[in-house]
Amino acid sequence: MSARDPYVRPMTSWWLKNPFYVRYMIREATSVFVVLYAFVLLGGLASLVKGETAYNAWLASLANPLAIFFHLMATAAALYHTVTWFRVSPKVTPLLFVGGYRVPDGLITGVQYVIAAVLYLIIFTVAWT
Amino acid sequence: MAEVEKTIEIAVLRYRPEKDTKPVSQTFEVPFTDDMSVLQGVQYIKDYLDGSLSFRWSCRMAICGSCGMMLNGEPKLACSTFLREYYPGTLQIEALKHFPIEKDLVIDASDFIDKLGSITPYIVPAEPRSVEQGEYLQTPAQKAQYDQFSACINCMLCYAACPQYGLSTNFTGPGILALLHRYNADSRDGARETRMEIVNSEEGVWGCTLVGYCSEVCPKEVDPAKAVNLNKVNSTMDYFLRFFASGKGAGK
Repeated sequence: MSARDPYVRPMTSWWLKNPFYVRYMIREATSVFVVLYAFVLLGGLASLVKGETAYNAWLASLANPLAIFFHLMATAAALYHTVTWFRVSPKVTPLLFVGGYRVPDGLITGVQYVIAAVLYLIIFTVAWT
Repeated sequence: MAEVEKTIEIAVLRYRPEKDTKPVSQTFEVPFTDDMSVLQGVQYIKDYLDGSLSFRWSCRMAICGSCGMMLNGEPKLACSTFLREYYPGTLQIEALKHFPIEKDLVIDASDFIDKLGSITPYIVPAEPRSVEQGEYLQTPAQKAQYDQFSACINCMLCYAACPQYGLSTNFTGPGILALLHRYNADSRDGARETRMEIVNSEEGVWGCTLVGYCSEVCPKEVDPAKAVNLNKVNSTMDYFLRFFASGKGAGK
């Protein structure tokens, strides 16, 4: 008879046991804010169709401290998602070679950060003026 | 000047199937010097404190892939990690996560071994050549396409890092999928189609949610997360190519 009795360890709250997993879970959770923000925008679009009064009411509802708080949270979540997503993006990029040398992962991420920063700046400037 | 000997506390998660119903922690006081690896610390325990402690090791130089363990919760090779990194404080050692514990720090790797055998882990010549025709030629650029993925030593640290594998062993897992990519990316190979069936399957690359910890812990910079996620792109291309080729979708 075999004396073997392999022990399988449980996976309960696995994602709390390593800071790497916690950061991953936060990255995934940021999508919730993106969905909620999409609904806010959709509400705005619906009110625009209804007419000026509805649209102005929607605009006024955004001035609510709760709405401002939500937007701050959603901004933070979107920023976190942008930063972490660009950081893992080299994982889906094919192996790139320039002049026989491999393009380092850090450069792929860095270029995307720069593009994102420039785009954010343009959008922000356009929206502000 | 003689080096001052220090003592470090090592808590080993032990499991003796003949008497334990679940793993229990046992603490040892281990004298060490700055040049001692964690593996040497564990060997000290076995040689001088408790001969019944079981663990795997062989080369002591990070190439055999035998001594993977959880060191303070992180999968590492015990031979290439120094005890001094954990001093002062307690070093907690546990068998590699996500695998069944056979005894103490020894895990049951049979699932990994079975999967390894299932991916056609060798080159099937695209155009078979006779001895007279000479060797299979390859340019440095072609070699560079698979080089890093061929550095895998089967240490299974990436499996201990992968929560998706921990949650379901149906997932083929990072290391084996990286090795699969190593052969698919080889210009001399012709068995890509067979391997793509594994890539495209439920157990293949789509079980990965890009946690990315596998690449973080890999001692050989194989970057299994890259191999897996490159193949999500390949799998998608494969699907659409078959979709357009058949004119009625990939079907089954």
